[in-house]
Amino acid sequence: MSQETARVNESIFTPFNVISGIIIIAGLIVTVLRFTKGLGAVTNLDNNNPWGIWIGFDLLCGVALAAGGFVTSAACYIFGLKRYHSAVRPAILTAFLGYALVVLALHYDVGRPWRLPYPIFISQGTTSLLFEVALCVFLYLSVLFIEYSPAALEWLGLKKIRSMIVKLTLVLTIFGVILSTLHQSSLGALFMIAPSKLHPLWYSNYLMVYFFVSSIFAGLSMVIFEGTLAHRYFHHKMDETHLKESKDVAFGFGKAASFVMMGYVGIKLIGISIDNNWHYLTTGWGVWYLFELIGFVALPAFIYAIAVREKNLRLVQSASLISIIGVVLNRFNISLVAFNWQLPSAERYFPSWSEIVISLFVVTLGIVVYRFIVTRMPIFYEHPDYQHDN
Amino acid sequence: MGISRRQFLGFLGAAAGTTAVSVKKSEAAANKEFKGYPGSFGVLHDTTRCIGCRKCEQACNKVNELPLPKIPFDDLSVLNTKRRTQQDAYTVVNRFVENNEGQPVFVKSQCNHCLEPACASACFVKALRKVKTGAVIYDASLCVGCRYCMIACPFNIPAYEYNNPLTPRIMKCTMCHPRIEKGLIPGCVESCPKEALTFGPREKLLKTARQRIEKYPDKYIDYIYGESEMGGTSWLYLSGRPFKEIGMREDLGIQPAATFTSGPLATVPVIVGLWPVLLTGIYAISKRKEKISEEERIEAVSRSVAVAGEVMKAKLAALKDTMTKEKEAAINLEVRRALEEAAKKSESEQQAESAKDEPSDTSKEDK
Ligand code: SF4
Ligand code: SF4
Ligand code: SF4
Repeated sequence: MSQETARVNESIFTPFNVISGIIIIAGLIVTVLRFTKGLGAVTNLDNNNPWGIWIGFDLLCGVALAAGGFVTSAACYIFGLKRYHSAVRPAILTAFLGYALVVLALHYDVGRPWRLPYPIFISQGTTSLLFEVALCVFLYLSVLFIEYSPAALEWLGLKKIRSMIVKLTLVLTIFGVILSTLHQSSLGALFMIAPSKLHPLWYSNYLMVYFFVSSIFAGLSMVIFEGTLAHRYFHHKMDETHLKESKDVAFGFGKAASFVMMGYVGIKLIGISIDNNWHYLTTGWGVWYLFELIGFVALPAFIYAIAVREKNLRLVQSASLISIIGVVLNRFNISLVAFNWQLPSAERYFPSWSEIVISLFVVTLGIVVYRFIVTRMPIFYEHPDYQHDN
Repeated sequence: MGISRRQFLGFLGAAAGTTAVSVKKSEAAANKEFKGYPGSFGVLHDTTRCIGCRKCEQACNKVNELPLPKIPFDDLSVLNTKRRTQQDAYTVVNRFVENNEGQPVFVKSQCNHCLEPACASACFVKALRKVKTGAVIYDASLCVGCRYCMIACPFNIPAYEYNNPLTPRIMKCTMCHPRIEKGLIPGCVESCPKEALTFGPREKLLKTARQRIEKYPDKYIDYIYGESEMGGTSWLYLSGRPFKEIGMREDLGIQPAATFTSGPLATVPVIVGLWPVLLTGIYAISKRKEKISEEERIEAVSRSVAVAGEVMKAKLAALKDTMTKEKEAAINLEVRRALEEAAKKSESEQQAESAKDEPSDTSKEDK
């Protein structure tokens, strides 16, 4: 910590601070515009395109990429893969921040953000998949908060509450997996209500399965990728166990991701043959579809497999980045690119600058808070007082 | 909300990663049919009678107290571009011309008041609902402004007040629900000079439509749009030209939107019920594995201890052997007494020696 303070004292104008400062100021300006002039002033949304990147990126990608939390804790606590234990805390932290930011971003997108609790407490529209998403995200955010809290409590020195919460680990993990299964898949199923608007190659009865399965490898890849960055910037914060286990985590998760992605390609192809959509593959949309499926799922799956066999850490890390881009591409395709595909191009949506600024703003906030927490709380290392109790 | 057994199995199968049991998109249907509330109202729009005067637009604007548009309603030049419903226009009339020649066809569009509305099934706070009169109405006091209803509506009808920063509403035709409740007919219907719009119970309108088709088979296409689209709509259309040529989608199918999402919704109880059992099971297995490997570890340790014990025994035996030989040599060399003493001494030496090597085994071995 002292190292960190020393560095901050040197100069506050580090490249990180300057860039994130600019983004945050720009974000605040757009925030003011959004809440004084309305969505019409800052977004390119219109009546035909009611959802833009605040849903396509901030919600859909945010939730998918935060899946690392439930995947890692399930691997460690339910499947008993204790060698990944040191990866759990960083993954839970990222997931918690991820979900918190998803909820924050929704405050920009919906018309009356203070009514976001309405579906849960005031009027339950149980026929809506969005209701399921809202309920699960709300519950899961609470679960993640509790799962993350031991780190904060250790930092604050509140031993009693901490030990009570640690005892709940298994129950929380199981609860987290159930909630994640439900809302990860429901996010995909949201689009099932509009078969007439989503291109048949992306529309499928299995949309919910696709979303769930892809969230698993999104989460795995995110843990690897985040580990790469954390090593570069927070190496001094890591204890020996973390450093020792991190390679094992990367290879283990890479291997798992490779398998899951191969399976995903398989069920996608099954989906195409069930709906007999082969003929679409020869169209422009088909090329784009294959670009996504082969270039950003099959290829990284293959790279993962090779990298793990050759024990090549760099290669695993590259594969994780490609996979993450692949998941983002998939969510974009479903919510923006292949949605409303029949509309004439003049009526199609493209994000405005302000929309992009807010998305960057939210991500930047996440990184800043993440940095604040990992430089202070026991995330990459075990707190000396609690080393032997989990 | 029922789903067919096949569909249910399909989702289960899919969830389990086995996709052998599955359903085609077109077959994934609900088993119940909802034909609307009995006696509920609708409007029949006969496009062959419509002259594109925009009187209905004007009336709608007035009865709903919407802001007056910049271009007045009697300016027909707006018909040159295709329009959709907007936050300040619940209904719009469009003109369709075939290959720039022939008689133009005018089509009025507004909310179709679906029998099982996609928008209402999508709303997560029940701000939209289908009521007994046949209207699909909106309650702004519940709406969060998520715009999922706009995503869901297959006819692209609901509009949103994008320029209202804090209290934006969904805006769409109400079928003049407030007027119907007062015993009046919808504003647009009332104002139509050509009776291109007819208001009445939907069942009756369907009969009227069929009669017109029978009476003038050359004038009409033998199809009532809205009779079964997306499970049926309260607003019905007649046309002399194929509907897809007048901007109406023919590929929507006859299933209500709710059937597309009933499958995913049905998996919720399955996951909630099954997952805890499965996960606890997996946990128990992994715990047991841990226990077994722990047991194996203990066994391996004791086995290696046992092996070590054997080795020790052999060593001791060898030691004893040499000791005895030494003893014999001593007997040969010393007088009996002295020899016995010496023997005793070597015995005690041996004890000391073995005690050093394997303390626990000495007492046994020495007997
Ligand atoms: S036409 Fe659209 S807005 Fe109107 S009831 Fe049907 S789904 Fe809802
Ligand atoms: S925008 Fe309002 S009416 Fe439409 S689905 Fe959301 S909450 Fe319901
Ligand atoms: S029924 Fe009423 S609200 Fe709907 S288009 Fe006609 S006048 Fe407008």
